[in-house]
Amino acid sequence: MTVDLSLPDASPGSLRRFLHGLPGVDEVGAQARAAALGTRSIKTTAKAWAIDTAIGMVDLTTLEGMDTPGKVRAMCAKALRPDPTDPTTPSVAAVCVYGDLVGVAREVVGDAVHVAAVATAFPSGRASLDVKLIDTKEAVAAGADEIDMVIDRGAFLAGDYALVHDEIVAVKQACGSAHLKVILETGELRTLDNVRRASWLAMLAGADFIKTSTGKISPAATPPVTLVMLEAVRDFHEATGQLIGVKAAGGIRTSKDAIKYLVLVNETVGDAWLTPDLFRFGASTLLNDLLLQRQRLATGHYSGPDYVTID
Amino acid sequence: MTFEYAPAPESRSLVDIASSYGLFIDGEFTEPVDGGSFKTTNPATEEVLSEVSEAGADDVDRAVRAARSAYERVWGPMSGRDRAKYLFRIARLIQERSRELAVLETLDNGKPIRESRDVDLPLVAAHFFYHAGWADKLEHAGYGPDPRPIGVAAQVIPWNFPLLMLAWKIAPALACGNTVVLKPAETTPLSALAFADICRQADLPPGVVNILTGAGETGRLLVEHPGVDKVAFTGSTDVGKSIMRSAAGTSKRLTLELGGKAANVIFDDAPIDQAVEGVVNGIFFNQGHVCCAGSRLLVQESVAEEVVASLKRRLGTLRLGDPLDKNTDIGAINSAAQLARIDALVKSGEDEGADRWSAPCAIPERGWWFPPTVFTGVTQAHRIAREEIFGPVLSVLTFRTPDEAVEKANNTPYGLSAGIWTEKGSRILWMAERLRAGVVWANTFNRFDPASPFGGYKESGFGREGGVQGLGAYLTTEEGR
Repeated sequence: MTVDLSLPDASPGSLRRFLHGLPGVDEVGAQARAAALGTRSIKTTAKAWAIDTAIGMVDLTTLEGMDTPGKVRAMCAKALRPDPTDPTTPSVAAVCVYGDLVGVAREVVGDAVHVAAVATAFPSGRASLDVKLIDTKEAVAAGADEIDMVIDRGAFLAGDYALVHDEIVAVKQACGSAHLKVILETGELRTLDNVRRASWLAMLAGADFIKTSTGKISPAATPPVTLVMLEAVRDFHEATGQLIGVKAAGGIRTSKDAIKYLVLVNETVGDAWLTPDLFRFGASTLLNDLLLQRQRLATGHYSGPDYVTID
Repeated sequence: MTFEYAPAPESRSLVDIASSYGLFIDGEFTEPVDGGSFKTTNPATEEVLSEVSEAGADDVDRAVRAARSAYERVWGPMSGRDRAKYLFRIARLIQERSRELAVLETLDNGKPIRESRDVDLPLVAAHFFYHAGWADKLEHAGYGPDPRPIGVAAQVIPWNFPLLMLAWKIAPALACGNTVVLKPAETTPLSALAFADICRQADLPPGVVNILTGAGETGRLLVEHPGVDKVAFTGSTDVGKSIMRSAAGTSKRLTLELGGKAANVIFDDAPIDQAVEGVVNGIFFNQGHVCCAGSRLLVQESVAEEVVASLKRRLGTLRLGDPLDKNTDIGAINSAAQLARIDALVKSGEDEGADRWSAPCAIPERGWWFPPTVFTGVTQAHRIAREEIFGPVLSVLTFRTPDEAVEKANNTPYGLSAGIWTEKGSRILWMAERLRAGVVWANTFNRFDPASPFGGYKESGFGREGGVQGLGAYLTTEEGR
């Protein structure tokens, strides 16, 4: 749809009226559309192109309590050279780590890939704004050029849109030149109407990317949720001329799934978004499946899990 | 970077098309008495697929007598439970051969393989499964304690959903204990002939299903044959009227499913993105060759501009081309004659001053094609708002209030289907009560299910197909006997 609305100011009433005035999303229809696009048949040259494109869009992620410098260094090495047997394999877009490991990651990857840090009391976001801002600033100071923040889902569900908005504005400011990805945690927002509203709210507050999930809540990214976010990005672009990125994170494990997302992007917002600057996958295990499929296309036969690295 | 989808064609070698086919009468393929034949072509390439027999008066007579004999000796007296066994067997065979049948349907009809594979074939199997379940439970269907079959059914079906229309006709007829003589459309006979083979595979007793290929004259001979007890026709309103005239004064039971000019009504509070999808599915599904197609878009004036803009943007992503390619959205127009009809009506729209917009897609050199087309600035007085185009052409009209939407939606000689798009549940019910259409879809369009009755008001015909209501067309009750 074309949004022909004057954009709201940041006052609570204005935001509320705007978000509640957005057209609704019919869940059944959105699911059907996402499922229909999932039946596209991507073969041969198209598949090869899609796999390389998807590899270049991966935010290779480790977000565990047990993360260590060693683990992060190993993952960063893989981010640079996903397939040591084939130097034509593209690097991933970024590595994504907790804030305290940003320095370790930056040391390994240099400027070759982006370093993203989750911040703002990830994953729950249950901390004061001051804590969230310090979390953000420390990550940026340590070398993160992308910040993945979480929204306050409690405030959103309570209808306090202005609070959510103002927090994003403040974090954006704390980011300085670092790119801000705003995690909506759609698995907690539940309805697609909420997904559309939260998407707009984040974009109005200055998000560079809107991201589905932390990966800690199920369901994480799903095709219908991503479809609705892409529609929001498309409509925001029509209203403002700004290009906002989308990151589908969590639950995408196979090449087949990744290709379905690329089709979703291609046929919803168009190929302008088929770049790591505007679409990302947040994933850990996806990369190896992409590499296996890439090897199969190159050699004509399947190898196996021992032919891709486990880092 | 552009994401070019590489060709992904379904394998043509899945089907084995004979160079010629006879008529399927009394369980055998036989040559027509007077030896007539005609060619059936692939509308996407104009390649001749096969030569098919043209049934004459003697052939119709043979087929009706075979059906009568099978009805009296075998199928009529058979218990419902045994009839169900055959129907279940047919349903399973259709599932097993669905890939082959989907390719065959796409070759002969021109529809995208995505639709024949994902819509037509699953529904065909579902109709046989559903009616197989009824065969031994008819006394519980609400037609009295002892509903009986009618006898021999003459069934004439169109080319837009060849196998699905066959299923809609044959499955309930057989479940209720009738035997059938069915004539598929002249341009799409091949899937019905494949179905004849499935009947043999299922060991269906000879004469229960007879398939006569031919053109309009064969259809006329069949429905006018005095040995026929029941006529079921799906097709154009003109032919429907002549069938009704011919059946007048006879004891033949009649159901007609004819044309439509459905309104798809979008209110300003509709879920716009999904409504646009619904409009696309409503009129561009099966190249618009759908009797219940949502060919009139009635959109509330306050959101008309953004709906039309979204619609055009969406139509720009439709992929027109090789129907066998799994990524094709819009296939070929079924015949040169149909393309000429579409061209003529589109021209009338232009001449009468409506604004034409067609999606910018490359048209293949061979075959019959028409790009997805939208007319804006259409009023009730335009021919394209009144006549069934039966092609990928949408007429956009606007309304101001719910009352006006109902008035405009009903202001048509047809009454087959309608769609409502609004987030307001009460308005859906209010509208559905007032729309004179056999099927009303709310926040969706072109959804079919064997358990749901389908049929029209006014010039869209009468009688229902599917559901418990559809059984009534093939049963006679105590009072009726």
